Amino acid sequence: MGKTVLTGKHFWYGNIAIAEGAIAAGCRFFAGYPITPASEIAEHISRRFPQIGGIFVQFEDELASMAAILGASWTGVKSMTSTSGPGFSLMQENIGLGAMMEVPTVIVNTQRGGPSTGLPTLTGQGDVMQAKWGSHGQYEIIALSPDSPQEAFDLTIRCFNLAEKYRVPVILLASETIAHSAGKVVVPPEDEIELVYRKKPKVPPEEYLPYRPDEDLVPPMACAGEGYTITTTGLTHNEKGYPDTTAEAQEKLARRLNDKIRKHRKDIVDVKEENMEDAKIAVVSYGQVSRPAKRAVKMAREEGIKAGSIKLITIWPFAEHVIHKWAKQVEYFIVPELNYGQIYLEVKREADGNAQTILIPRMGGTLFTPREIYQEIKKVNKK
Amino acid sequence: MSKQISKEEKLEELHPMDKWLRSERMPHIWCPGCGIGPTLYAWARALDRVGIDKDKVVYVSGIGCSGRGSGYLNVDGFHTTHGRAIPFAIGIKLAKPELCVNVISGDGDLFSIGGNHFIHACRRNDDLLVICINNFIYGMTGGQLAPTTPRGQYATTAPYGNIEHPFNTPHVADASGAVYVARWTSIHVRRLEKSIAEALTMKGFRYIEVLSPCPVNYGRRNKLPEPDDIAEWFRQSSVVRNGADTSEVQIEKDKPLILGNFVKRVEKLTYYEGLKKLEERVRGAR
Repeated sequence: MGKTVLTGKHFWYGNIAIAEGAIAAGCRFFAGYPITPASEIAEHISRRFPQIGGIFVQFEDELASMAAILGASWTGVKSMTSTSGPGFSLMQENIGLGAMMEVPTVIVNTQRGGPSTGLPTLTGQGDVMQAKWGSHGQYEIIALSPDSPQEAFDLTIRCFNLAEKYRVPVILLASETIAHSAGKVVVPPEDEIELVYRKKPKVPPEEYLPYRPDEDLVPPMACAGEGYTITTTGLTHNEKGYPDTTAEAQEKLARRLNDKIRKHRKDIVDVKEENMEDAKIAVVSYGQVSRPAKRAVKMAREEGIKAGSIKLITIWPFAEHVIHKWAKQVEYFIVPELNYGQIYLEVKREADGNAQTILIPRMGGTLFTPREIYQEIKKVNKK
Repeated sequence: MSKQISKEEKLEELHPMDKWLRSERMPHIWCPGCGIGPTLYAWARALDRVGIDKDKVVYVSGIGCSGRGSGYLNVDGFHTTHGRAIPFAIGIKLAKPELCVNVISGDGDLFSIGGNHFIHACRRNDDLLVICINNFIYGMTGGQLAPTTPRGQYATTAPYGNIEHPFNTPHVADASGAVYVARWTSIHVRRLEKSIAEALTMKGFRYIEVLSPCPVNYGRRNKLPEPDDIAEWFRQSSVVRNGADTSEVQIEKDKPLILGNFVKRVEKLTYYEGLKKLEERVRGAR
């Protein structure tokens, strides 16, 4: 047997860190389809899984890959797929099914420039809103965004933990920049990695209702072949899992699917704040943009400008309470994004007129330089 | 304790299928004359005949009338998205190989929107039993053209008659590498049951097409309006030809319906078996 957790210091590309993070999280089923710039994740897993007894399948497309990871998760196995924009679009169908059936699973999207085939080899952050509501209907999902290979490793593990805890598909919103940047990754000893597993039923099969939630709004999950005779459907269903296509059932189910995430926002949301104590200008960033943003804030501080940085590690659910809080202190939020304003609008909404929100847009392809963000801070500071 | 008559006095089993049915979900949504019921009856009887533990049986379906079956049978049931029953089922089977995983879905689900998954699962030889309940039409959505509608027949989206060439689904399965290929109809319940039982004892991608009446949305528009008209067509036109060349079993209007167990391959490794061999090789080499 090969080693499952590669404890030690490594110099890894982001994609390798993601694959190793998944293995360390206990993922033993991977289904995917080749796509730039995500393919190295599948390649690495196809090499590693036979060593450690995981199931790897390269499917005919992303539709199948997404369906297969849901099926695998229904046996109690932790499952994952990885893709980029065009494949992510195809996966939306069964991401919706995963939300509806409440299936713990992880989807990695190493974003590239879009729309459509766009920039296969270059970076972007255009899939932020798609990650939230790319599938039809009203649902809530979890998405995390890493800014380095180390964070890619760490957050992949957290994606699995959140998926298991809340019975929901979780998206790692990475990007080409992270996928293809190499950096130091420290893998802790196996027993120091905290892993979460889905709740199992505490009652015998005859008393078990597959969609009766506990107080935390998450139902315990019996899996296939465990004697619980479960039934599940993408149709609106009742606590037995039987189709119930009425307005009443819809109100109850769809509301709970949203509330189980919304009501745990503070548990799920993770942000990193720096230099915020006396800040009047806050740069709100996520993913790879956090790195030039952090540097830009440092440059501004050296000039005596009261700038701070809020890095969103959790993208969805949105860090409403964080922005709301700082909006009372800061005068400006500056949001640099590799799109034409997606998180910007969320920040603006939560600032609610208490602070001005300024977008630094870029359509993707390259990352901001620290100076570009710094200049915007300076410009705002003069106002 | 004083003597009380229990309200939950044990009920006698009333129907031989009670074990397999979620009786509390009856009545079902299917129309009079529909062939889905008899097909599921044959499947459940075959499971009994082979003696498969009910708790190990998984039923995965897609969307459409037959998609609803997974919620009526008293086994682990997964009613998935349109066309994706096969890959969903592959995920279950590979992750828990001791389960008996069955996909039972419609012709539109398996051969139109799910066609790509079907041929690739045949090619990889994923270990599934796939039963296609072929009623030549999109029943649930109101009688639109299917990839199996015979030429010249009518559908709500082919009001002047079908100009397309339908799939010969056993030939698709055979050409794509399925290890077991058969075709029966929902009126040939005993032969169908035997065929399913045979397939259940095999490994790999096993495919059985079951021709099934849809009096409401196929029959009415094609001069077969009464609930038993299509069944009568099956009865009169069926010719059993086991081992027939699948390229010669295309369904055509006014031609015999060729039924039978067409293909049986035994040597082909399943995807899972291949993976296990690969694992041994990789670990041995280390």
